[in-house]
Amino acid sequence: MKLLFERSVKGRGSDILPDITTGTYKPEGKYLRQSRMHLPEISEVDLGRHYTQLMKQTHGVNDGFYPLGSCTMKYNPRVDEETASLPSFTQIHPLQPLSTVQGCMEVLYKAEKLLCEITGMDAMTFEPAAGAHGEYTGLLLIRKYHQDRNDSERVNIIVPDSAHGTNPASAAMAGFKVVNIPSNDRGGVDLDALRAAVGKDTAGLMLTNPNTLGLFDPNILEITKIVHEAGGLCYYDGANLNAIMGRVRPGDMGFDCVHLNLHKTFATPHGGGGPGSGPVGCKDFLKKFLPCHMVEERDEFYYFADPEKSMGQVRSFYGNFLVVVKALTYILTLGKKGIPEASGKAVLNANYMMHQLKDHYHVAYDQICMHEFVLGLDDLKKKTGVSAMDIAKGSLDYGIHPPTMYFPLIVHEALMFEPAETESRETIDEAVKIYLDLYEKAHSDPEYLHNAPHHCPIGRPDDVKAAREPVLKYEFND
Amino acid sequence: MGRYIPETLSEQEAMLKDIGYSSIDDLYSMVPEKVRLKGLNIPEGKSEMEVLEDMKEIADHNTVFRSIFRGAGVYAHHIPAIVKTITSKEEFVTAYTPYQAEISQGVLQSIFEYQTQICELTGLDVSNASVYDGAVAAAEAIFMTLERNKDEILVSDTIDPETLAVIRTYCESRSVKVTLLQNKDHLTDIEEVKKNLNERTAGLYIESPNFYGLIEDIEAFAALMHENKARIIEGCDPVSLALYKAPGEMDVDIAVGEGQQLGLPMGFGGPYLGFMSCKKELMRKLPGRIVGETTDHEGRRAFVLTLQAREQHIRREKASSNICSNEALCAMTASVYLAAMGPKGMEKLALSCYSNSHYLAEKLNELGFRRTDEGEFFDEFLTSSPVDPFVLEEKLAEKKILSGLPVKEGILWCATELNTREKIDELIAAIREVM
Amino acid sequence: MFKNPEELKYTKTHEWVKEEDGLYVVGLTDFAQDALGDIVFVNLPSVGDPVTAGEAFSDVESVKAVSDVFSPVTGVVAEVNEAIVDDPASVNSDCYGSWLIKVADVTGTEELLDAKAYEEVCANEA
Repeated sequence: MKLLFERSVKGRGSDILPDITTGTYKPEGKYLRQSRMHLPEISEVDLGRHYTQLMKQTHGVNDGFYPLGSCTMKYNPRVDEETASLPSFTQIHPLQPLSTVQGCMEVLYKAEKLLCEITGMDAMTFEPAAGAHGEYTGLLLIRKYHQDRNDSERVNIIVPDSAHGTNPASAAMAGFKVVNIPSNDRGGVDLDALRAAVGKDTAGLMLTNPNTLGLFDPNILEITKIVHEAGGLCYYDGANLNAIMGRVRPGDMGFDCVHLNLHKTFATPHGGGGPGSGPVGCKDFLKKFLPCHMVEERDEFYYFADPEKSMGQVRSFYGNFLVVVKALTYILTLGKKGIPEASGKAVLNANYMMHQLKDHYHVAYDQICMHEFVLGLDDLKKKTGVSAMDIAKGSLDYGIHPPTMYFPLIVHEALMFEPAETESRETIDEAVKIYLDLYEKAHSDPEYLHNAPHHCPIGRPDDVKAAREPVLKYEFND
Repeated sequence: MGRYIPETLSEQEAMLKDIGYSSIDDLYSMVPEKVRLKGLNIPEGKSEMEVLEDMKEIADHNTVFRSIFRGAGVYAHHIPAIVKTITSKEEFVTAYTPYQAEISQGVLQSIFEYQTQICELTGLDVSNASVYDGAVAAAEAIFMTLERNKDEILVSDTIDPETLAVIRTYCESRSVKVTLLQNKDHLTDIEEVKKNLNERTAGLYIESPNFYGLIEDIEAFAALMHENKARIIEGCDPVSLALYKAPGEMDVDIAVGEGQQLGLPMGFGGPYLGFMSCKKELMRKLPGRIVGETTDHEGRRAFVLTLQAREQHIRREKASSNICSNEALCAMTASVYLAAMGPKGMEKLALSCYSNSHYLAEKLNELGFRRTDEGEFFDEFLTSSPVDPFVLEEKLAEKKILSGLPVKEGILWCATELNTREKIDELIAAIREVM
Repeated sequence: MFKNPEELKYTKTHEWVKEEDGLYVVGLTDFAQDALGDIVFVNLPSVGDPVTAGEAFSDVESVKAVSDVFSPVTGVVAEVNEAIVDDPASVNSDCYGSWLIKVADVTGTEELLDAKAYEEVCANEA
């Protein structure tokens, strides 16, 4: 595949803009650019074809099964794209007078009310632009809360060893020290370890439930109680909310604040790595620390208000607004019955798939799972030499996006499957057949899997070379 | 109720039966009885047709202005038709982060092309795959400058207030001391920088054009910072870079900025795009995803996410940033935009913004809206106002014209390529009516 | 199966150390480089940085992992091996030639093992 720059021919391109009509104002002097800017010079038709080729080398949700654990790759409804493309949303300047943006304000207000009900929270900000950004914001709420009480001793955030990597990274960024605690033999929080870890220095606990093994922690009420009794707060990582939405709420489980990933649970697309949206909800007592620009309503007029002891801003303006439009459309479509139906089917799909794989593959924790489950391929690797990576790469040849690999860290040779609710029984049956074929292949022809994939645009790339001799941009000859 | 689950309820029951359960509720047996939700208190779902109608009705409560003379960080531009066509391709819209390189060469190559274009625009060596927006890019860049004995940052008070707000939040959480430098005639004052420099100063964050639209003398600040073994970060306007000196030409260490102008709609604040590029020596401090070129086992060119050991999923609490999802599709949008415009198109765009805004300044001056500053400006400028700015804003809004932004010092006006002579003359006539 | 030269001292965390012209030279052992796999980058401290016995002074990156390197001694960094920044592969190919840092003003050391004792540590972990 040629690069844009390799398609460039001097002098080509189309006229997008009209000639200047306002006369001959021209800048001069020492501030002017001297160096040349190598941008592609390319006709519109060649530009279009370039990206059509790139498109063909991109695996989207509609290209096939996408059981990527912890990422909730569900179908992205088209109507959500349509509402977010309405010119009366897209063409609005964020600094227009309030009376001219009442529609946008209503979107934020309605989305806040609905998501608060779904999570059991009392207020929500849409400023964070992604999940990790939400984690950071939620942790700042916790920081502000303790500061406001003049409790400067609480510097630790407790994170289970099964947590997403963003959890400890966000805690560090928010100025906390990270205390890792081990999981118990069922992948849940080890209550004794938690009791031993909490104390006067505990600012809070970050937890995702169901956890990264896809298991709902039955001790959840005890866990949040232990943290609260020690004076800490409980943070809910919403990455796995798709398992439980409409069935049990973080707020009812004892969590004080949450972040959501609208690009997971609420069906907004991932865009190849963003834009996402990571709203943060909290209980009443934390509301006063939320970021600026909370939407309030009086006499059917929406306006912005800054919370009394606001943390300030974590992003410009009001977050990834158009993503919120998509999520709101989704929630209004599903409604009170559709939301729990979606989570229930996600859990059913995961159990259905796990059930059919477990006679061959080793399930890391063999019990009812939530929306995802983890296989441990340690034994397979010892027996055949075929690793989790090999199986994952093998599945690429069948048009399946691999599950999440080598995560969580506490399971060796882990493969984590999340077959979202929008996948049909037939799709899962076909995928199961493929994974059983791969299992056979691991025994009959391991070499074939070591070299997989065989039918993709490229084979396995040389990651070592990429990292040792970084080439991070195209080098021009002239 | 709209739904996206393929199976009917009876089909789901059959699936349940196959795995030995009688109801979906049974699968939630681990959830303590007392917290199981009896029912969500939200409205019933609706059909696609109804939801679309409802959302249109909400959207209709907004005013779409015919003519916009307001910038302040977000700018109305023409978006070439090809940009929307390409970036709404389903594969690009719905793909996950390209961790599986073998089936993600499309997205990976597009990011590599984006990185190259950002390096070309800014004249620097290395770019990442984007961060959330320009304000976060500035905050992340500040973290890049910190060293063991350098934990203070100087920030010009001429920068965008949204960016300043984000910088303050980020720096406070990491105990980085922010010193705000008082401007002189809405330009950063080099004496003020000298006065506040000390051995703990990690760097200076400055924007050009700044919030007031003025071009700053970046080269002088870069020299001063480097003499003092500190870094300089420039927040820049990507459109202006087609005319004005690139950060790399002025010995800037890190360039950041808001990429909204590169083909993204204003969208009431987002999604936008924070771009970041830096000198090679800072490469490993750059946060977020980076795409690199390599080969596969047959020697074919391949693109991969690289230098991943910097990132949170590997380094966990020791990572310099927690960023994971970024704004990949927005980065692709910017890349398509820059390719569609080409070098000549970008130059024409920048000249149009320059010319139109200077024409606007002249016409406003005739009406008594005097420029308050003398410095050189690109496409935004500050004036006094002979009338109450809010009354003016309201009266112009009735004609679907968005006035300049009322600020403490007067009105901050902006003109881009969309504000042609005709549109400006119409504005001037409308203002005459109001006065 | 791992090479552990007799003349060096070792830590339980898989660093080697030797005294040379009054400086303590520190590197990664054969066991360590093998466990890490292809090393793609070594984050070195700066000359003048203090190091403390038993505490991390550097980390090494492979493609999918990052591991701390602990200092066997307490002192001040006198030299860093810039060559391995450009050629991190040399830590894999010649771990005893590719030292990381040299430490001066040493005031204390970690519990150091001889080659034989260190071999046992490796055997237990393998």
